[in-house]
Parts: sequence; C-alpha cells; structure tokens
Amino acid sequence: MRLEMRGIQKRFGATVALGGVDLNVAGGEVLALVGENGAGKSTLMKVLAGAHQPDAGTMTLDGQPYRPRGPHDARLAGVAMIYQELALAPHLTVAENIWLGMEPARREQRPRAAAALAQLGHPEISPDIRVAALPIARQQIVEIARAVAIGCRVLVLDEPTSSLTGADIEHLFTLIRRLRADGHAIIYISHFLEEVKTIADRFTVLRDGQSVGTGNVAGTSSGEIIAMMVGRQVAELYPRSPRSPGEVVLTINGLELRRGEVIGIAGLVGSGRTELLRSVKTDWRRTGFVCEDRQLEGLALELSIADNTTLPRLPAFVRPQTLESATSRWVERMQIKCRNPRQPVGSLSGGNQQKVALARMLHADVDVLLLDEPTRGIDVGSKAEIYRLIDELAVAGKAVLLVSSYLPELLGICDRIAVMCRGKLGPARPVAELNEQIIMAEAIC
Amino acid sequence: MLKKLGPILGLVFVVLLFTALRPGKFATADNFEIMLLQTAVVGTGALGMTIVIISGGIDLSVGSVVALTTVVIALLLNLGWPPVLATLGGVGAGMICGGLIGTLITRLKLAPFIVTLGMWGALRGTAKGLASEQMVVPPGSWLNRLLNTLAPEQRWLLVPPGVWLMLGLAVAVFAFLRYTRRGRHVFAIGSNELTARLCGVPVERTKLIVYMLGSGFAALAGVLQFSYLTVGDPTTAAGMELDIIAAVVIGGGSLAGGAGSVAGSLVGALIMTVVANGCTKLEFPNWVQEIVTGGIIIVAVTLDRWRQRRAE
Repeated sequence: MRLEMRGIQKRFGATVALGGVDLNVAGGEVLALVGENGAGKSTLMKVLAGAHQPDAGTMTLDGQPYRPRGPHDARLAGVAMIYQELALAPHLTVAENIWLGMEPARREQRPRAAAALAQLGHPEISPDIRVAALPIARQQIVEIARAVAIGCRVLVLDEPTSSLTGADIEHLFTLIRRLRADGHAIIYISHFLEEVKTIADRFTVLRDGQSVGTGNVAGTSSGEIIAMMVGRQVAELYPRSPRSPGEVVLTINGLELRRGEVIGIAGLVGSGRTELLRSVKTDWRRTGFVCEDRQLEGLALELSIADNTTLPRLPAFVRPQTLESATSRWVERMQIKCRNPRQPVGSLSGGNQQKVALARMLHADVDVLLLDEPTRGIDVGSKAEIYRLIDELAVAGKAVLLVSSYLPELLGICDRIAVMCRGKLGPARPVAELNEQIIMAEAIC
Repeated sequence: MLKKLGPILGLVFVVLLFTALRPGKFATADNFEIMLLQTAVVGTGALGMTIVIISGGIDLSVGSVVALTTVVIALLLNLGWPPVLATLGGVGAGMICGGLIGTLITRLKLAPFIVTLGMWGALRGTAKGLASEQMVVPPGSWLNRLLNTLAPEQRWLLVPPGVWLMLGLAVAVFAFLRYTRRGRHVFAIGSNELTARLCGVPVERTKLIVYMLGSGFAALAGVLQFSYLTVGDPTTAAGMELDIIAAVVIGGGSLAGGAGSVAGSLVGALIMTVVANGCTKLEFPNWVQEIVTGGIIIVAVTLDRWRQRRAE
C-alpha cells in the first residue's frame, strides 16, 4: 500500500468531524472518495495534507510512519492536494507557480517546470506565461504539474471537474490515467457517480465522519453507492408527478414558459445559456433567479437565513421576528438543516445554502423560476430534495426554467428540453423524444 | 451574545484598569461627564461611519466635513442667520458633500477609498478657502453651550445637550439599520453586492443615501465640534476620520462590509476616550497615549476575529 490511514479521528470542540476513518490507496490506483457534503471528506483530506492534526489514528506512507506537521511537510513527503478552487497566483508565471514555496535554484525552475508539463503530455504550456492568461482547464494542469514536479506519491483531486466541461473532462481523465500508469496513487473526490465509475478503480464511502464502505467500482452499482452515502434508499432521484401545462407566463427568445411545466436548457458552458437567463428582467414580483455561483453572487454569506430569504420582498418597515417566523416555515418545508433562521448562511452546507436560494424565490412568491445550475456542487441527498421541490412547484402551477450541464438531471425532471449552441436556442422538445446522445450532438453542433 | 458583549467588556476593563491605577481621580462623576463630552464629536461621526462601513464602503473625508461644517456655521452666523438655520445650513452642506461622494462612487464606479481620499483633500481645501485660511469668529449663541459641562441648575438634564443629541441620533440610526427595508439593504450590499443586485435591491440609490448619511452625521459631529470650539476652524479635526473609523472597527464593524453595530461603535468611541483621558490622568506624555490607542485598535480587532473564528 502506498498510503494507509487507520482509525483517523478529529473533533472540533463538541463536533466529531471524523470518528475513526480507514482509507487505503495503492500506487497505480485511483481511489474515489465519495460522500455527502459534511460527511468528512474535506476534513480527512486536510488531515492527510497536514492542515489538521488528527486526534487519534495512524498514517503510513510506503510503510513509513507519516505525521505531517503542516502542509509544507506534507508536500515534501510527496502528498499533493488539488482543491476545487484552484490555488494559483494569477500574476505569477507558470514556472513560478509550480515552484511556489519550494523554490529550487532559479535557473533550474524553468527546465524542470517544462519537464513536468511535458511529462503530463502538455509541452505546449510555456513555463513563462502568466497563469492568468491560461484558461481554467490549463490552470488545472499547471496545478497537477506542480504536484508532479515535486515528485508526489499521493495526489488528491477534490472535485476536479466542477469547473470543466465535456472535452476538458476527457483530457483530465486521460491525464489521470497517465499518472496512474506512472505509479502514482490518486484519491479522486467527486459528487458525480458517473465520473467515479469512469475513472476510479476502487471507492471508499464516508458518511457522518465514518468510513461506511469500500469496494471495487466494477462490481458495484450506482444505487448501492448512493445507498451507502445517504444511509437509506433514495426512493426516486427524479420524481415526476403528472403535470398539466397551463397558460404561457413568459416568452424568452421564442421559448414559451407555461405554468406547471419544467423546461430545461442544455448546452455547453459558454454557449450563452446563462446570458439567456440574464436577459430576462427579474423583477421579483413575477420572476425569481437562482444563479450558478452561490458564494460569489447568490447569497450574502455573513447574513442570516432570514435576511437572505426575505431580501427581495422586504416591507418598508421590518420586524425581525416576523421575518424569522416567515422564514421558519420555509426552513421546515424545505428541510433546511440549521439551528435557527438567524444562523448565517455561510455556515450551512452547500445543499442547504442552495435551498435558502430557492426559499427566497418561494417567499417572493414568483410565477417563474429561473434556475441556473441549481444542483452544482451539492450532495446527492440535497439534490434529490431539490428535484422533489421543483416537481412540487411545477405541480403547484409555477413555470420552471432549468439550465444545467448535467444531462441525467435534465432528462430526469424536465418536461421539455431546448438545446443551446453558440448563442442560438433550438426548439423545445418533449423529453420522450430525446436522449443524452441527441442532446450532446446538438450541443456541439 | 458574546459577539455583542465583546466591546462592552473591553470598555469595562479599561474603566476598571484606570480606576485601579488612579484611585479617586479617574472614576468621578465629573470626569465621566467630561469623557462623555469628549466622546460626543467622534461618537456622532461614528454613527454615519457605521452605516458606510456596513455597506462595505469607507469615508476618509469625514474630518474635512467636520471642519467645513464649523466654517459654514460660523460664516452663516456672521451673515446674521439665526443659530437653528445656520446649523441646518452646515448639515445641509455636509449632505451635499455626501451626495457628491455617493454620485462619484456610483456613476464613475470608483472605489470609495479613492473618491473619499480625494474629497478628504478637496473639502479641507474648500473649508480653508471659505474661511480665507483663518478662524471665523461668529457672535456667541446657545450653539456654543451644547458641550459645556452642566451648571448646577441644569442637573436635571443628567448629561449635556450635545451628548443627548448623540444618543438620540444613535437610537435613530439603530432603528434605521434594523427596522427599515433600506437599512436591511445596506447590510445586504455590504455582505454581497452581487446578491443584493440579483434580488432587486436598488444598489446605486442605496449607496447614494449611505454616503449622504455618512457625511450628514459627520456634519452633525461638526455642529458639536463648532459648539466646542465656538469658532469656525478650517484646520480642526485633522485626522479625526481615523479616530472615527477606529471607533467603528473596535466596536465590531468589518471593513469587508456586512457587519457593524451602532452600540458597538459608540462603545468603541468611548473606549478611545477613556484611554486618552486615563492616560492624561496618569500624567503620561502624549506619545505614550498615542502608542496605547494604536495598540488598542489592533488588539480589539484581533480579539474580535479570534472570537468569530471560535464561534464558527
């Protein structure tokens, strides 16, 4: 075994983040680490990367005891992390970024950086270019090169595809396979079970700070993995009650939105889907908007759940208690996990944050819901609840427009889907006439 | 709860400290009255600054607005205006400055730091120009007595009228921030401007109002400063903007926006007065006092961050 973690425990005050986790990964193997948000994946990886000291448990790296005192220690030992949010200094060059914090002799930096990039099959990335000038997918390769350049033995990728699309994801997978062939041990964290099935050899499931299962990807169905993640059977990931489309409430670029109908818009990132949604004037009396980036744009993280929920529809004079009791109803109805409506939104998990963004639209009592990637980066359990809610709202007579890059979800919950390609919106067709192949073919037109 | 109590505990601590260090001299009714008087100007300015800082902005021009207001009031009194109108004129001048600042920030999309840094110089220059670079000495009026220690027959007032003015304004700002839609919008903009925009908050209009209020309260601080000086002085209150910002920050305001409280800012202003006054009572030279005050700003904010991190 390249890396063995045994009985890792970590508590923060009264909260037990990790209650005895075991994890093994061998060289030349991709291990998928899956679990809902808050299951302890990040904490476990921070222990591995030396950012947290475990309260109990042992770690060995190639049979040697491994106790990093800090992230720098971990890097020197050959444990490299690639976080969801890329950790590069945009104003520095590729070579400077690769050697940041390690800094070998100045004249070695360029050639060794170039060698690392070549090893990854990307000799075309110049070590002298500023990182800000590279697209996201290339920046990620620079991060991986940073890991390879210091001779990493264990590489951790945390949700690496969350900011990538189609072709770039394929490139990344090719790269991961190449690293695996070179004998690296790779830990791959993802919410997307399809990805896990494609790229990983084995998986380990975390739930509530415990490792609850591990096995070979080949012999396990997605349903079994989901059941381990949520600790129960998810009856139906994509509920779809009988709905009857009513009057047209909004027309966007010839696309008619009707009450009681869920319309999907598929297409690649950059095809103009978001711009299409933004072109609709949201006045919050009729149309509400949930945007793709919760942290950056969607929510005021320091403010309370009540403040965020009631923001579009505040009375001229505000009684905090009234807002809180109104919010409590949504908290209950949408099963937002929180202590009380005064809790800051930033302290909630991603799935619960997104439910607050949805609660805001319900509180504003809009007719049209515009949802831009509403389930991005949230766990399966919360996704299922959001799908259920979308279904309920459609049945209750709301018009829903859903933009998503995730085709199974579009096909699962929409009534009709239109494909967007290079700024042009195709006709909306019933899902019964569509499948993933047809949509992809139209999206890459 | 601890978050709210932090600055008050700090205030209690410094008061007890100086009481212990200088028994019988520091903790007297007269000295407490004097400390309240000394806090009134910065405290009033800090009310407006609290709104500005919660909105995620900053206003470096408030010291210059204070000076400009004293000059405008003195000039209007010299023109024969009654004190009430002269005061309104001074406050009006301040709010016009705020309107200009808000317009520049929202129309030119400039950083508040830059705009108000520019106005810090420009308004100071305007004050000097209006006053012909001299003190403007107006005829005496009741305006001069807002910040006098109370005569025996006025004891029923408990504290001087200028202090009551500050406290009354504090209640108004507290109510504005907590109980009005506009006040909640200020928090939303400070916490995440994009979210506020997404939710249909009129960001530009709200910011304009925020800076008008910021300068308006600076002008009201200028009224109190005039009362204290009894003349219009274009060079007064140099550097006061930093005392005012420090008061807000010690009181829990976050320069990143979205956080701050009226009570906290007043307590922050009081902490700074108590330290200055206590140091004087201990007969420390001025430079010691400056070092202590500077240290307190850093310690207070460090403690605040530390508490917030523990709360999470």
